[in-house]
Amino acid sequence: MKIPKLNWPLWAGFLLSLIAFLSYFFVFVWFPVTRDFPWANLLLFAGAAPLLLFGLRRAFRPDRPKPMRSKIAGAVLTTLSVAIFGSFVFVVFIMARQLPASAGHPQVGQKAPDFTLADTNGKPVSLAGLLASRDEKARTPKGVLLIFYRGYW
Amino acid sequence: MAKLEEVGIRPIAISVDSPEESRDLAQKAGYTFPILSDPKADAIRRYDLLHAGAGIEGQDVARPAEFLVDSSGVVRWVNLTENYWVRARPEQVLEVARTLP
Repeated sequence: MKIPKLNWPLWAGFLLSLIAFLSYFFVFVWFPVTRDFPWANLLLFAGAAPLLLFGLRRAFRPDRPKPMRSKIAGAVLTTLSVAIFGSFVFVVFIMARQLPASAGHPQVGQKAPDFTLADTNGKPVSLAGLLASRDEKARTPKGVLLIFYRGYW
Repeated sequence: MAKLEEVGIRPIAISVDSPEESRDLAQKAGYTFPILSDPKADAIRRYDLLHAGAGIEGQDVARPAEFLVDSSGVVRWVNLTENYWVRARPEQVLEVARTLP
């Protein structure tokens, strides 16, 4: 039996690991269902694992045309894939939890501190001003939702 | 977000980004609500949300958090996530918004 030159399960497993990692930040992060818990990405990693195992076994078969190259490719790509999975777990589950405690934030029932900041047109906007602002039907808002976020630097 | 405005809640986003960066974000993501710029983190500090040195180039940024403030300026709901990939859903806010006068 002729063995094809390319160890496709190995490469497919590696590529799938890469996709599993990158797709969270470029695709799945935009949808709360796939962002809050990255199940889609974990599924992709789960799909990559058997491919890699199969590819690794194949890489170490003695009847490979270039046994040394095959073994090195198998070891390197599998190690990289495991490292990619490790980085994903670190970035999504560990690093993202390194947030400072906030003992001094305004609590429910307390007055929200006022502030004046520039909007995207550079126009100053204050919390007090927002609460007193009127819409096209001359109604003041029932409330303001303040969303503090990290920014895109 | 549109649902929030329907019930009379105005969403406001705040970060350390410049107005230009915020404008790019709003255009890219299609946001229509105001995005405010707090480059010196004054308001962020006043709300005790400073995450010192956590930006990509070591800038001070805000720790993600959401506050629902009623028409009299009183905080009615707070959400401080423990993982910055996990954020409040609009439905959670809508539920509280319904209890506001």
